[in-house]
Amino acid sequence: MSAGPGLLGSETLAAAAGGGVPRSLWRQAARRFRRNRAAMASIVILALIALSSILVPMFWPHGIEDASWENILVPPGAAGWHWFGTDANGRDLLVRTFYGGRISLTIGLLTTVVALLIGVTYGAVAGFAGGRTDGFMMRFVDVLYSLPLIFFIIILVTVFGRNIFLVFIAIGAVEWLTMSRIVRGQTLTVKAKEYVESAVAIGLSRSAILRRYIIPNVLGPVIVYVTLLIPTNIIVESYLSFLGLGVQEPLTSWGLLISQGAGQLDSAPWLIFFPATFLAVTMFCFNFIGDGLRDALDPRDR
Amino acid sequence: MAAVIECQGLNVRFRTDDGAVTAVSDLDFSLNPGECLGVVGESGSGKSQTFLAMFGLLAPNGSATGSIRYRGTELLNAPRGALDELRGNRLAMIFQDALSGLTPTMRVGEQMAEVLVRHQGLTRQQARARVIEALEVVRIADPERRYAAYPFEMSGGMRQRVMIAMATLCRPEVLVADEPTTALDVTVQAQVLRLLDGLKRHTGTSLVLITHDLGVVAGLCDRVLIMYAGRAVELGPVRDIFRRPAHPYTRALLRSMPGLGIDPAEDLPVIPGQPPDLEHLPPGCAFASRCAHVVETCRVTRPALLAVGADHARACHLPA
Repeated sequence: MSAGPGLLGSETLAAAAGGGVPRSLWRQAARRFRRNRAAMASIVILALIALSSILVPMFWPHGIEDASWENILVPPGAAGWHWFGTDANGRDLLVRTFYGGRISLTIGLLTTVVALLIGVTYGAVAGFAGGRTDGFMMRFVDVLYSLPLIFFIIILVTVFGRNIFLVFIAIGAVEWLTMSRIVRGQTLTVKAKEYVESAVAIGLSRSAILRRYIIPNVLGPVIVYVTLLIPTNIIVESYLSFLGLGVQEPLTSWGLLISQGAGQLDSAPWLIFFPATFLAVTMFCFNFIGDGLRDALDPRDR
Repeated sequence: MAAVIECQGLNVRFRTDDGAVTAVSDLDFSLNPGECLGVVGESGSGKSQTFLAMFGLLAPNGSATGSIRYRGTELLNAPRGALDELRGNRLAMIFQDALSGLTPTMRVGEQMAEVLVRHQGLTRQQARARVIEALEVVRIADPERRYAAYPFEMSGGMRQRVMIAMATLCRPEVLVADEPTTALDVTVQAQVLRLLDGLKRHTGTSLVLITHDLGVVAGLCDRVLIMYAGRAVELGPVRDIFRRPAHPYTRALLRSMPGLGIDPAEDLPVIPGQPPDLEHLPPGCAFASRCAHVVETCRVTRPALLAVGADHARACHLPA
């Protein structure tokens, strides 16, 4: 290149990066994300909650179903390894809280994966196809949207029976609607970009363009939405369990524990305090991570 | 000599809320093997839409009628599969805006390799060597490293050269460059033009250069098509167009070109008026309202593109 150094802005950019392999957009976003303290702290806390939800029930001296008539409604304390106290059946609340964490987090993640897969595919196809196909697909989403969530899930649960997997599918099957709208909107923007036009001009097929040119470029907002959807789905599961439509005894989840604790708020406030605290902290963490990701992936910084 | 591209009676229309807009009307031209055709016109003259129609890239509300053939194969409204075999392979296009022509989420080299994987069935590994070679041809320093770069790590000039390299990977017979230099610095412009010229010479590719810069045309093209309001007003060899322009619009265009030794503020003539509204084209000559030599016939009947010399034609009622 014979032009002056002023024209080689990229040269200096790459030099600043150490001159090695150029960094991808994702890696740059990761660097910005790591500078966000609230988000990084949230990741650590979330990892701790997830890890202890997995490990604690394995090693704790009490099991989730171990009822003990001598230890009914023991307040929190070190006595007898009931750090979070016990419930009306004398079951240890600590092990039940962490076990509930397993269920709640799993449901949050799996329902979000379901919503993600359906929503991204559906939204991207609708937006990319455009015209009548788009209109038809999105009106279908509008119709589903108008059905109240709970109504929809109650129908699913009553028809197919109470089953934890059904809860995943039911929540995921409802929550993909918003995802598909977000993705479709992004797709409309991305579709108009010149790089999509040039992909058409080099003879790539529609599906190749959709997979390699459209979807990677709509993922930024989707990732942010995912971090907000996980806590939403955990909450949805909570109130399904609260209504008795979600997780069934002897399994438990944070939502179920909270609903049971709510009944004994005066006599045994710890029953609601611990699971509610875990749930709230988890919500905060996901939201901080979502904020951090949004800032890190902000297209204005590109 | 059989033409590579033959365009006959091309019409491009767009449906809008206010009615139909005619972007190109009754356009005829051909492109010969190995030649460079300059397509000149102001914004909205239909020069870009003509070639977008050829590539099947019209906006959804646009439609094209007439015929554009590549070696006898009809391109207009061809099935997508058939078009995909030609696009990027025998026919390639370089877009105006190099800055947004590459997807930000893919490495530049991988994106270029797509063309070879798609059309020549190479593996990504095999394509890599060819891509690096092509990057060398367009004189991108350190092509091995640039292969793995992302578009945002490159300057505008580099990206435009990447686009050119990508367009030429399959050795296309026809290369359409839509204002390839408008988004670039003047110094980089010269490099890009030299590159296109070299390509044309070495590979025998037919080049279509869409531009509003007559200077570029003079330096690079063999023939020129002047368009105004979606119509061809003059078509001829570059020498004749510059020395003996036959259409008042071409003459006015040449007069309004700034040159050295001219004070633009004082001596540069402008063409008075505005191009006509494409929704309500006049029945006669589209240039009539701005033409200094307008006569009554001009406003009533549309002039046909008629020969005024060897290979030189114009659309005007005035005596030559």
